[in-house]
Amino acid sequence: MRRRRPVLFVLALLVVGGLGWSALAPIPSGARERLFEIPPGTSERRIAGEHDLEILPQTIRLQVHEVLALRNADSAPHVFGPTLILPGQTFRLPFRQAATYSFLCTAHADGQLNVIVEPGPAPGWERLRWRWERLAGAE
Amino acid sequence: MNLRARLAATLALALLLAGAATLWLIRAQEPQPALIAGAYDPPRPAPGFTLDGTDGAPVTLESFRGKVVLLTFGFTHCAAVCPTTLATLAQARSALGERAKEVQVVFVTVDPERDTIEQMRPYLAAFDPTFVGATGDPTALAAARGGYGVTAVREGDGPDYAMAHTSSIFLIDRAGRLRAMMPFGHDAADFVHDVGLLLEG
Repeated sequence: MRRRRPVLFVLALLVVGGLGWSALAPIPSGARERLFEIPPGTSERRIAGEHDLEILPQTIRLQVHEVLALRNADSAPHVFGPTLILPGQTFRLPFRQAATYSFLCTAHADGQLNVIVEPGPAPGWERLRWRWERLAGAE
Repeated sequence: MNLRARLAATLALALLLAGAATLWLIRAQEPQPALIAGAYDPPRPAPGFTLDGTDGAPVTLESFRGKVVLLTFGFTHCAAVCPTTLATLAQARSALGERAKEVQVVFVTVDPERDTIEQMRPYLAAFDPTFVGATGDPTALAAARGGYGVTAVREGDGPDYAMAHTSSIFLIDRAGRLRAMMPFGHDAADFVHDVGLLLEG
């Protein structure tokens, strides 16, 4: 019993240390990508008369460590969100400050795309849960 | 539960935690965007144009090869956005010191009716004498905007009309590739950071 105590102590330290680090360590910028894609065949569908294709929501909510990734998998260039993206190209836009950003976007009826960037999970329980969900692969 | 089972359970938990920590570390090592601006992947050649420049020469992107070009679209009667952008870019050039020689700011007008060469030259020089303004006929300007997905819409009918326009700044590398787009609102330090990366290659 006595010989096992140091082992248990070290293990307990590891557990407490791991949990403490997970709850407090800052989340690096660009830790996660939020991908929106223009699917192949979009231009053909638009030519065929489907003008109300909702590829990009009018308002996107992100957290500060997330990167907005816009990919054009179609065969034609598209103004997608804040910029023109060529076929096969991905545009990655990081956000460093929590704020509401508005971009001119011709894909939307009122010509505007809003990106609401929220603060990341606060140190403590929220951050611990965020890391756990990320490990578990959940959203 | 006897001691052996308890130890085994503890060890299993520790292994699980160690595995989770390793996985997290691997994920944390994933490549992060180095640029503060939004980056195009893969980068493509920046759409070209030939316009009339405030320096008396035609403005083409080819003429600035070897330099990092900061390309923006606006108009001299702009109340807030364009002066802020130009002041920020001037501040960034100033902070770059000697390396500023390798950076060219190009301001393409979205308002050719009022933005003549004579109007633009002193306006831009007030921010930084090296800034080059570009204008041309409306068709050529619309084509230049189209290459970057920039929009410009006239607002109002009187002589004091405004132009609602895309306020982003495009970052073009020494080889003439469109590398990134900085949305409006970033400070000079962000441009210094990204231009520094592009100058390094």
